Amino acid sequence: MADDSLVHPDPWQMLRRHTRARIALGRVGSSLPTREVLDFGVSHALARDAVHLPLDTAALQRDIEAVGFEVTQVASRAADRHTYLLRPDLGRRVAPEDVERLKLDARTPGPDLALVVGDGLSSLAVARQAPPLLAELKARWPEGWRSGAVVIARQARVALADEVGEALGARMVAMLIGERPGLTSPDSLGVYLTWAPRVGCNDAQRNCISNIRPEGLSHAAAAQKLLWLAREARRLELTGVGLKDESDVLEIGGDAPKALPSA
Amino acid sequence: MAYQTTVGGFNFRFDDLRALMARATPARSGDYLAGVAAETDGERMAARVCLADVPLKTFLEDLLVPYESDEVTRLIIDSHDARAFAPVSHLTVGGFRDWLLSDAADSATLAAIAPGITPEMAAAVSKLMRNQDLILVARKCRVVTAFRDTVGLPGHLSVRLQPNHPTDDPRGIAASMLDGLLYGAGDAVIGVNPATDSIPALMNLYDLLNEVIQQYGIPTQSCVLTHVTNQIQVMEKGAPVDLVFQSIAGTQKTNESFGINLGILDEARDAALSLKRGTVGQNVMYFETGQGSALSANAHHGVDQQTLEARAYAVARRYSPLLTNTVVGFIGPEYLFDGKQIIRAGLEDHFCGKLMGVPLGCDVCYTNHAEADQNDMDTLLTLLGTAGITFIMGIPGADDIMLNYQTTSFHDALYLRKLLGLRPSPEFEAWLKRMDIMDAAGQVQPVGSRHPMLQNLPRHLLAG
Repeated sequence: MADDSLVHPDPWQMLRRHTRARIALGRVGSSLPTREVLDFGVSHALARDAVHLPLDTAALQRDIEAVGFEVTQVASRAADRHTYLLRPDLGRRVAPEDVERLKLDARTPGPDLALVVGDGLSSLAVARQAPPLLAELKARWPEGWRSGAVVIARQARVALADEVGEALGARMVAMLIGERPGLTSPDSLGVYLTWAPRVGCNDAQRNCISNIRPEGLSHAAAAQKLLWLAREARRLELTGVGLKDESDVLEIGGDAPKALPSA
Repeated sequence: MAYQTTVGGFNFRFDDLRALMARATPARSGDYLAGVAAETDGERMAARVCLADVPLKTFLEDLLVPYESDEVTRLIIDSHDARAFAPVSHLTVGGFRDWLLSDAADSATLAAIAPGITPEMAAAVSKLMRNQDLILVARKCRVVTAFRDTVGLPGHLSVRLQPNHPTDDPRGIAASMLDGLLYGAGDAVIGVNPATDSIPALMNLYDLLNEVIQQYGIPTQSCVLTHVTNQIQVMEKGAPVDLVFQSIAGTQKTNESFGINLGILDEARDAALSLKRGTVGQNVMYFETGQGSALSANAHHGVDQQTLEARAYAVARRYSPLLTNTVVGFIGPEYLFDGKQIIRAGLEDHFCGKLMGVPLGCDVCYTNHAEADQNDMDTLLTLLGTAGITFIMGIPGADDIMLNYQTTSFHDALYLRKLLGLRPSPEFEAWLKRMDIMDAAGQVQPVGSRHPMLQNLPRHLLAG
């Protein structure tokens, strides 16, 4: 049985509504109360599982097909998670046999916007956020644009999509990828859009949408933003620092959340 | 020049000093990623055996990063203080380790030689030192700096209060500030990592921090960790800037990838000095560093990441900073894989910085994809406390909800102060006692709901 008289609560609980930061935790002596040690431990366990639990690619394929996309799968050159974490360079390249297969299956003309779903650093993010985001994309898909099959990539880093896009002959590619999990956000998805993808593109040539999850940027808002960027990319024939994200400016008065609610 | 030796019947050869330094480094993932690490334990020890015989003077002539193409190398060589170096100039790297551990090397002697120690010398000797050596020698080094309070006095431990919020919400930031202050944190700096880099939004953040400091009369300083060029702009617009922040690294090319050079830092420091906002001192700079940044920017010149990190302290030293912070576990497992590597790197960085006369603190931290947890952080925190670390981070519950990593908490800082009998800066301690946050015996105590700071909340919290 816990002896509550040992725990000094902090008398500023009312400030907790202003932030998700772990404030007003209270103390035993000057240390954390048991309850808070356990709460932190649970969050850390979930974040680690998000990194280390393998993506269930079969289930993900079913979920994406249910949205109405064809699906194909590839692996990166990082054979396992250990290698993936130590060798970012291998996670940026598609396994050679899979590149060949993508090239063989490629149609001419290639996709206007190819879609890649990579596990990245959170399989949880991909499992939870990728199918609903793809559904919102499907609902808003621009008339006449070819997407081709959605490519699921295992042990993938962002730049892996460059090689996929190049093999498919895509005009641009969007990588939907699990972001580095935080304690309060183990399931956050990011999207990186790259014009004229090819091996060797750098991060300055991409546009990024981050924090996609119900508590952050909604799936609908993220889909809207991605397609706004994709249309602009097509008009300007570039992505990256030369393409400023002004999708919010055009939507003043709309309900697209720009950021997290404050509490 | 090539080096060679025989270990256990095997012959090992190292093409040059750069290779020797890299192979002698304790194993870490970033050096493997860069392709410069020793391939076997035998090779690593052979490199250390060779390194021990290298005269310290060699590092003034055999330059690891070329003088012609790198302004950090030029800074190191051109500002080298030969007179300060004289007492140890006859030593080899191995002899230097012995000398550092001897009783002859007391605090005053170590402070006197600091301007004569180059980063390469500090890095080289650290590669021959065990963790206990790094702790014992660092503890003898004294680096005292000041702005509105005095940081780095022996027996004291300061804390950076880091009240980050993912959208810079002023209520969220103020709430975390209050939480930290009531736990006795904030004497190193109250420093926010902003989510935005828009100038008007940054101006608001400076005003928020400044108002809270003024409202409670806190003897500390604020900082907004945005790019140095933004800070120059807001100073021109009249923002109340106490400390100027910048991330720095050990090669010119890495610094260029950060969008800075020594000239820009000179300009920023001059601008901050001209504001004359310090009361007990004029150390106006706050730097952050971390092993692996040069490889990450593709600018490592084949040099190991620990040596390059020490070179960043040569950059810091030029500007007499109030604080320099090695953010040791932030960069990820491809540079420092696990708790063991993070702990070793934290001790090396602290030692090298202090030996060079730089006020080193440490962001004792890890990301969720590193093989590390709170127990590793407790270990490093405790070791650094015994080594006399100048400051650590303090964040609510160790969880940074803006940068998505785990660092040390306000509770952690109280733990360390209690365990080792360490105190906040003298000016800040007097304030804590005046505010009834610390008792007469020097212990931080829980406050009641009628505490004046809770009765008289910052304006930004009342608005919501």
